[in-house]
Amino acid sequence: MILTIAFKEFRSLFATPSTWMILGALQFIFAWFFLARLDAFMQVQAQLAQLANAPGATQAVAAPLFGTIAMIMMLLVPVFTMRLIAEERRNQTLTLLLTAPVSSMHVVLGKYLGLLLFLLLIIADCALMALILAAGTQLDTGLLLSNALGLLLLAASYAALGLYISSLTAQPAVAAIGALAALFGLWLVEISAVDSDSTWRAFSPTAHFQGFNAGLVNSADLVYFVLFSAVFLLLTIRRFHNNCIYG
Amino acid sequence: MSEAMPPSLYARNLSRSFGRREVVHDVSLELRRGEVLGLLGHNGAGKSTTLQMLAGALSPHAGQIEICGFDLAHQPAQAKARIGFLPETPPLYREMQVDSYLKFAAMLHRVPPAQIAGALVEIKRRCGLQDSGKKTIGTLSKGYQQRVGIAQAIIHQPQVVILDEPTAGLDPVQIRDIRTLIRELGDTHSVILSTHLLGEVESICDRVVIMHHGRIVYGDSSERMQQYGRQPGFIVTLLAAPELAELQAIAGVQQVEQLSATQFRVLHAPDSDPATVLLALAAQRGWQAKQLAPLQARLEDIFMQITENQ
Repeated sequence: MILTIAFKEFRSLFATPSTWMILGALQFIFAWFFLARLDAFMQVQAQLAQLANAPGATQAVAAPLFGTIAMIMMLLVPVFTMRLIAEERRNQTLTLLLTAPVSSMHVVLGKYLGLLLFLLLIIADCALMALILAAGTQLDTGLLLSNALGLLLLAASYAALGLYISSLTAQPAVAAIGALAALFGLWLVEISAVDSDSTWRAFSPTAHFQGFNAGLVNSADLVYFVLFSAVFLLLTIRRFHNNCIYG
Repeated sequence: MSEAMPPSLYARNLSRSFGRREVVHDVSLELRRGEVLGLLGHNGAGKSTTLQMLAGALSPHAGQIEICGFDLAHQPAQAKARIGFLPETPPLYREMQVDSYLKFAAMLHRVPPAQIAGALVEIKRRCGLQDSGKKTIGTLSKGYQQRVGIAQAIIHQPQVVILDEPTAGLDPVQIRDIRTLIRELGDTHSVILSTHLLGEVESICDRVVIMHHGRIVYGDSSERMQQYGRQPGFIVTLLAAPELAELQAIAGVQQVEQLSATQFRVLHAPDSDPATVLLALAAQRGWQAKQLAPLQARLEDIFMQITENQ
């Protein structure tokens, strides 16, 4: 049942022209950034070659690319999460799910998975772009994989937060702005912490992504992302369940 | 419609408030198998809220609902699998195609995958959607959207079908088609529908429940509702009109009123039937009886009478 709902969400994303437009624009931004990084790398490559432990193409081009996408995710995920529940509530289609013999957990997880599948597509697309580098140089697959995993976890936690905020309102625009504000706040927590060991930093998803970005898969970061997503998913299920009680 | 069968829907003392306003107060309902029950009421009488509670979209603040013996609050999966619900606004995803939407609805209601294709063809035939399968729902007219809404409510062959104003906003031909469909549904399923169109009740409902200010104020069979609070009588046309007093003298006649040169309205006591006597007299005395029509109380009047009495 979760998969039924997930595939329906995934397919209806592609039924709207705006999704295609966003995908096109994203691809353009990614490509632009990728080429700019690659160009800069080509220029300094001769000097880098003289260094003893010089950064390779993966570290100099792919890792910063993933870092940028992590920032773009912050703006992108709320655009997609806003529809999930808020729009259904506004269009009064939520009744179909509420009156079907499906538990709130299945509905919420289904919607979440559907969106994750879509975000995975975007991330895979970036990874493919980075893989093009393999044509000219030896790639650091470990670094590439840790970046992809980190980005997926980051996107998953953003999606969980966005889904929760979407479940609080009947206005998609409010859901988008709310999610954006929350994610931006979490990012501000990270950059405003002066001390790099500050406990405040531990609250921010972006701070936990930095380890993955540097090729470091830390179990503490992993646990953070899983807990972050789980908490907001549980809150969403609860809120969805209460929908029947408070109307 | 045997009385011995257990009811397919049973609701006891439902109450529901929004904030401080109590929208539904102590409503009890019973829906027998193969029955079409009409829920009548003005706008804001609490019909939609009641139906939403029955369908499981809204939990009641007090009371209990049983669908085919399953408690909606404690066994929601079993109970909800036996309900098909069309809310006031059909829950349609405008960007989806009719086929994929109905397939999704069937899967949500746990129709076995092997039967979905068959169910889809059958439901499209019943709802007159054969040619609309590949169309995007958002591009369909209101009437067709309503049909898709009804199709999603019955694609899984539920025992109880709950329809909230199924004919709202449709043109007369579509209304007739949908009423025929509902009547057909009534043969195999139990149907409960809300409406503020009294004609709808007359043409399709077996039984009527009237809601007013969140309470049930009247519940009876559709025929008996039409008899409510009305004095029996008829209108008779006599081409060679006699004196008023001659008509008044007939046994059982309580009041005679001359409507035109040849038409008379005759009111009589419920237990007597002066019509036959009158016709016999007319033949005997050459009044030239042309037409005798029983008085049809307009449902609107009955409805107003019932709701105003409260």
